[in-house]
Amino acid sequence: MIVTGKGGVGKTTVAVALGLRAASEGKRTIVCEVASQENASRIFDHASVGFHEVEMEENLWSISIDPDESMREYVLLQLKVRAMRDLLFRSRIFNYLAAATPGLKELVTIGKIWELAQLDRKVKSGRKYDLVILDAPATGHGVGFLQTPRTFASIARVGPVHSQAEQLDRFITDHEHTGTAIVALPEEMPVNESVSLEKDLRDEVGVSVDRVYLNGLYPERFKKSEAERLSALAESENGAARAAARAALSEYGRAKSQRQQLSRLKKGVSAPVKTLPFLFEPELDVEAARSLAGKLG
Amino acid sequence: MASLNEVLDGKSICICAGSGGVGKTTTSAAIATGMAAQGLKVCVLTIDPAKRLADSLGLEELGNEARRVDPALIEEQGVEMKGELWAMMLDAKATFDELIARQAPDEESRDRVLNNRIYQQISSALAGSQEYMAMEKLFELHTEGEFDLLVLDTPPTRNALDFLDAPKRLTQFIEGKSLRVFMKPTGLAAKVTGRGVSVALGVFKRLVGFDLLADLAEFFNAFSGMVEGFQARAKRVNKLLADPETCFLVVCGPQGEPIDEAVYFHRKLVEAKLPFGGVIVNKVHYPADELRAEVEDLPGALAEKLGDEALAKRVAANFADYQALAERDARNIDHLAGELRTSCVIRVPYLDEDVHDLHGLADIDRYLFATAEERVEMAAGRA
Repeated sequence: MIVTGKGGVGKTTVAVALGLRAASEGKRTIVCEVASQENASRIFDHASVGFHEVEMEENLWSISIDPDESMREYVLLQLKVRAMRDLLFRSRIFNYLAAATPGLKELVTIGKIWELAQLDRKVKSGRKYDLVILDAPATGHGVGFLQTPRTFASIARVGPVHSQAEQLDRFITDHEHTGTAIVALPEEMPVNESVSLEKDLRDEVGVSVDRVYLNGLYPERFKKSEAERLSALAESENGAARAAARAALSEYGRAKSQRQQLSRLKKGVSAPVKTLPFLFEPELDVEAARSLAGKLG
Repeated sequence: MASLNEVLDGKSICICAGSGGVGKTTTSAAIATGMAAQGLKVCVLTIDPAKRLADSLGLEELGNEARRVDPALIEEQGVEMKGELWAMMLDAKATFDELIARQAPDEESRDRVLNNRIYQQISSALAGSQEYMAMEKLFELHTEGEFDLLVLDTPPTRNALDFLDAPKRLTQFIEGKSLRVFMKPTGLAAKVTGRGVSVALGVFKRLVGFDLLADLAEFFNAFSGMVEGFQARAKRVNKLLADPETCFLVVCGPQGEPIDEAVYFHRKLVEAKLPFGGVIVNKVHYPADELRAEVEDLPGALAEKLGDEALAKRVAANFADYQALAERDARNIDHLAGELRTSCVIRVPYLDEDVHDLHGLADIDRYLFATAEERVEMAAGRA
């Protein structure tokens, strides 16, 4: 399951919530992050996990996929002759080429995700997972990231990387086993971007878009008639009563405009839209993610 | 507390930096609008392929050429437009192509580079090349001197380092001195480099496929005549970024994660000796002070005034939720101000209306360009 969307929409929280739900259903699940920020381990209040599969809860693991480490692992798996590997790793020219080849880092990162998803793990004594969740890079870069295998397959026309890149592209675009969820926010521009993202994901990358999560939806706490009474109160009062009435009006206004964005989103995308509530929590922790897990639908 | 006007006084370049999703594009557009209203000729540049900036400025689309925003549209928002507001979206690939055309010694080398598949990948896909091209375009516009102020909306790189290192990494790649030597199939290079390298190259070839290496070799050969020009230019770009007339603003949100990233980004700017101007915190639950007003039995007091106990309870509970968010924001911003040791922390409130047009920009400008005293005043009237 690939979780994607623009920056700051709560992709990691949704990825973790999906992971928590799957784990609670007894599925052995791993949440993969691809940048070094480790937001997932932060949600679990866990120390950095790095390039290791670390257990967060029963049935739930987390890994932060570092491209250099993935590259190393890939080479280790490809080259069985030890002397040759040592030669390669010591070689400055190899490191240079690896860094200079466009898209290679992204390719080995996706390669690692593929490896994690195999029931016949390439990594020695690797755990078998029922579900691999990818917290994908923010869009802008996101579509390009998922397209790397295809781009790469067309650059390197022959050789092992060519066929492996093709295999990775089939892995990403396998509608039966690989799905995508877009995370959006109930605001004008994030909605516009989610609509065009869905189109790009379907038409350009060719993945299956299974669901759009509209995250951070304010509850409708007040009715229109109540808002009118509160706005009269805000005019006539001072101090805390006024501040409280204003806060209620602000909530009312946001909840209302967000509902308009929700209906725009529903019209704009073809995947089913599921809303996730705004959490009035100072910081998002694992319990917050757990409360979302029950609402993923 | 310094105001944005003080921070931008005498600056000719303002670069808004920060992680994705914190409102950088909106902030850049609002700063440009505000400075143009005060009488400057301002151009705001974005390299975000999303149409956000065009949308918010009421332009159909943005291209690699600057377009002027109709002043009437801004004046409709009750803002007097004394200067000129322009906007453009950088096309990284087109800028790169222009640069190649300028640096190439002749047409043949130009075409060899432009048609090379590795080049085509780098110019559109290599991490950092977009950022580098943004700097290039900025440099070009600055040199042309058409505008009083250029405001750059940087791309939402997840890693702040990418953006600062972009010029260096790209020139390193293009230089590829050691690599170019090895790429030559025969001759002196093969003799001096020895067997180790040729085996390493052989293994790499086996891994990635031969023709990729051939393309790389071709690329470096085609580029060889342009390396010096590129280096010289990169140096001048770096000098411009460090110039006292340039000002970096860090944009962030009030939650823990964006605040941490702002702290990190600020540290990188200081390390790179780049001129940091201040930080703008968007979507702040604002102001904490008034919301903190303590009343015993608020539900009771509200019930009396509303004559509706159930509603009063909900209003009080909602108020408590807002209070908690405002307190968190205040705590995070205090932490930020302490870490950055800056006198310029500008808080823009979480406005009740979603900001995506000129009306919203004008609203934000009221906060961005207020003096410290005015901000306190506005805060008191708000909540």
